This record gives sequence, structure tokens and C-alpha cells, in this order.
Amino acid sequence: MSEMQDYKSSLSDVSSRKFETFSYLPEMTNEQIKAQVQYIVSKGWNPAIEHTEPANAFSSYWYMWKLPMFGETDVDRILAEAEAAHKAHPNNHVRLVGFDNFAQSQGASMVIFRGTPT
Amino acid sequence: MADKTYSAGVKEYRETYWMPEYTPKESDILACFKVIPQAGVPREEIAAAVAAESSTGTWTTVWTDLLTDLDHYKGRAYAIEDVPGDDEAFYAFIAYPIDLFEEGSMVNVLTSLVGNVFGFKALRALRLEDIRFPLAYVMTCGGPPNGIQVERDKMNKYGRPMLGCTIKPKLGLSAKNYGRACYEGLRGGLDFTKDDENVNSQPFMRWRDRFEFVQEATEKAQAETGEKKGHYLNVTAATPEEMYKRAEFAKEIGAPIIMHDYLTGGFCANTGLANWCRDNGMLLHIHRAMHAVMDRNPHHGIHFRVLTKCLRLSGGDHLHSGTVVGKLEGDREATLGWIDIMRDSFIKEDRSRGIFFDQDFGAMPGVMPVASGGIHVWHMPALVNIFGDDSVLQFGGGTLGHPWGNAAGAAANRVAVEACVQARNEGRELEKEGKDILNGAAKSSPELKMAMETWKEIKFEFDTVDKLDVAHK
Repeated sequence: MSEMQDYKSSLSDVSSRKFETFSYLPEMTNEQIKAQVQYIVSKGWNPAIEHTEPANAFSSYWYMWKLPMFGETDVDRILAEAEAAHKAHPNNHVRLVGFDNFAQSQGASMVIFRGTPT
Repeated sequence: MADKTYSAGVKEYRETYWMPEYTPKESDILACFKVIPQAGVPREEIAAAVAAESSTGTWTTVWTDLLTDLDHYKGRAYAIEDVPGDDEAFYAFIAYPIDLFEEGSMVNVLTSLVGNVFGFKALRALRLEDIRFPLAYVMTCGGPPNGIQVERDKMNKYGRPMLGCTIKPKLGLSAKNYGRACYEGLRGGLDFTKDDENVNSQPFMRWRDRFEFVQEATEKAQAETGEKKGHYLNVTAATPEEMYKRAEFAKEIGAPIIMHDYLTGGFCANTGLANWCRDNGMLLHIHRAMHAVMDRNPHHGIHFRVLTKCLRLSGGDHLHSGTVVGKLEGDREATLGWIDIMRDSFIKEDRSRGIFFDQDFGAMPGVMPVASGGIHVWHMPALVNIFGDDSVLQFGGGTLGHPWGNAAGAAANRVAVEACVQARNEGRELEKEGKDILNGAAKSSPELKMAMETWKEIKFEFDTVDKLDVAHK
């Protein structure tokens, strides 16, 4: 048995703030992100990019980067938009959304560039 | 009809209620019963008796039969089939005209279909295997107050199963200590914690105190993690008045979800509460205490797929489904069948899953299946594979029993579920590669590593009692 560990998380430590799916895993590598984009494309979902200041991440509405890329299936082009959003807002969370228009929901939603917590 | 005359006495049921030539109408409610008659009673006669006793008939002819259009109102036994692997039992298929039932009333449907007929002496055993509700009847029911899609938007959970935890010990904690257990689980990464079903409002913890402390716990965990959280506040009570009082208070303090036990509470209370939830923007978690009394005996009672359909029509956003892999009974194929019944818009007849009829739910929202009961991190790959994203995976002991406490237990489960979803999306086979996937994820999560060490030996390998009817049984 390893020694008991304290669970580190508090109101005062901004790094305790999570941002939903995959935020309990280490940051993904480029290859891993590509695989997730490929998954969205293979499901026929419409990719979209959103971003926010980490302090405002709790809101249902993040800033939409341009419009969702309806019908876009080129993984590199989708990632290029995410990178452009990240470049324009380097301190913000940037998330990739896959809109499932049949379920009227998001089939996927994941932060792929992690912002600077404040 | 002037050509019919009254003659008192006892007629054989089959003269009136056995109609093998009948083609069911699209608007009929159809039922499949598994029947074991007393020795010497012919199948057609007993099938007709079931049709009669669950619809218009009684044991003797009555003159008032002639004041009505019996041919319009009667239930009809229209088919009989052998049960694979069972020489004693047979399936009887019965069609009921839709106007036999009050609109939107599971109470009324069940009072007829599983009422007096189940005590009928000429039967040794009777089981309601499936019901087909015509879309015309479905449209008269309220259904889930929110449904899967609305719940995802309200809770901001996408692309993965949600995680829950039932607080233990079941009974005896004070409200403040209970709230502590919730807070620890939620801050560790769970989406929901849950009242155990038998927690209502006992002397050791009155409901109002519990609601207040748990809501504080939820709000603090939300602020700390930046994620939406909820706790299923059980509003099941002795009377409807008390139930609504608790529901109103939950709304007043800002809780996102409440909970009800639909079988012990009853369909009248459940349908009313579901309507209240729809009016008040409240999610509704449904527990199923007492179901095994009705659905576990393969020869007598009501199959769970029927109870599932009835709950979806009565209303609920979550329903316990069994886990396939945990400590509680549940055949895999049969479970997949009733998970489809919870979530899909159209479910095709599929005998390999025990589904006897096509079922069209139209635009009625789906119910989130909840897998709960004796599951832990090692089950995660199988659970994600079986249930997919639209589910709540609920680890009680598998969260609270972590050697470092609830927060660590919660984090272990959260890391595990995310790792499984990531791997699945990458095209990996979860049930085959589960061990590698979890080991990989544990490298960056000491909490997960510890959980895996703690539970690696626990298995629940007993044979299922209620199996699907197959020839090689």
C-alpha cells in the first residue's frame, strides 16, 4: 500500500478548475488530438471552434470562432482553425466541438488548447 | 345487434376471445404473455381467458354484455407460440383496442393488463413479457420531463458517460456528515451524487436538513472545479402532498435534479412528479426498488422491459438499468434490449434481445440508463463499451471505498472513464485492451493506480437467474 495522499483542490488554487471531457487527463499530443478530430469527422458531426477566458469557462456560451465548419472533413484544416483561434487568444481555453445535428446535441466537446488559469 | 339473444351460463372463453384470424390494428395495444396453464387446460382456452380477464370479460355471461359492442371492446388472443427451451410454457399474444385505456395513464394500462388476471386460478403462472404501445397512445403520455439532449445541455456534459455515486452507508449519517461525503465525491470529479433509495426523511436525517447541506456541498464543488454538479435529492415520500413539498423546496434552493422511486411510490405519484418536473425545469432521476420482486422470476410477473417502457411513458430522465458486469442480476443481451427501449426513437422486434414487438416512441425524449451496483474502475472499459456515452455510470463503493477517500475515488473513476472514451474514439477495442488503457492512464493518476490495486480481485460471477428464453437452456 502506498502512503495516503491528500487530494489537492481548492477555491484559492485556480488550477483546480476543470473544463469537462478529457480535462482529468494530461494534455494530449498533436497526434492524439488528430485522432479525436478524426473521430468527429468519422461520425459525420460538424466541427466548430469556441474559446473563452478560463475565468468565464462556466458559462454555457463561449466565444464562437467564426462559424461551425459545416461539412468539413479535412482534419488538418479543422486543426488549422483551432490553431488560428489559439494564436489570436493565447491565454484562452480553445475547445473543439462536434455538432450532431441528428441528436440536436454535441457529440463531442473537448478543450484542445488549455488557457492560462486566472 | 338484434340477432344476438341472451342466454345465461358459463361459455368457453375461446368462443369469444380466441381469434387467430385477427390482424392487429396499428392502433391496438399489444401484449405478449408467457403462460403456464394448470394441467389439462388447452392453450387456446387459457390464452382466451387471459385476453378476457384483462379486458372486457368475466367468468359468466351477463345480460349487460348485450348493451355494448363487445366485438369492438374485447381483447383478442390472436396468436400462440412455443417458448424455446420450455415445454410447460407458451407465449400468448393479445391485442387490445386503444379505447379500453385512459389516455396517458400507466395506472390504467397496468390495472387491466396485470390486474386480476394474474390471480386467475386456471393459470399456474403468468408473465407479461412485452407490450407494444401504439404511437397514438404514446402521444397521450408526457414522457421524460427533459430527456437526454436537454440534460446534456443543462449539465454541460458532452461526449462521455456521466459519473455518479450513491452515498453510503445507506442509513444513519447525519445531514452534515452526509453532505461532506457528497462534497468530497463531487470535488473529485463526479457529475452527480445520489441519495440511496431508502433515504427519505428518517429521524437520524430529516429531508430538509439533508437538502440544505447537500446543496451547499454541490455549490462549493461547482465553484471549486468549475464544472456543473448535481445531487439526486430523493423526494419519494409517504404522500403526494409531502412529495411535492420536498420537490418545491429542492427547486427553491436551486438543486438541478430530484429523485423518485417509481414502483414503491407508484405510477400515479411518478407521472404527477414528472409533470411537475417538466413545468419546473427539474431533472428527474428514477430508482426502481421492488422491480426484482416483479421481474426476476422467469415464469411469473412483469419483465423489466415492460417496466422500462412504462417508466419512459410515465416520465423520468434517468432509470436504473443494471450493469451486466456488477453485483446485481442482468443478462447482457436482455439489458441491451431495455437500454434501447430507454433511449431510441424506434426499437425493432428482436427476439435475440427479448423484444417481441416493434415500438415507435415518435418524438418522445429518451431516458438515460443508469448503471449502478457493485462496479469499480476495472469494469470501466466494459461499461463504456456496453452503455456508450448516453448513460450514467454510478460507483458507490467503487468511489467511497477508495483508501484515500471519496475525492480520490472520484478522480480515479473520472480519469478511467476519460481514458476509455479517448481510447474508444481512437478506434481501440475497449474490452480487449481495457487493462492496457487503464494502466496507461494510471501513470499520470496516483488515485487511479491506487483504485486499481484495491479492487483487482473483486468479481461477481454468478449465473443469471432470469435468462432469455433460448432453446439450449
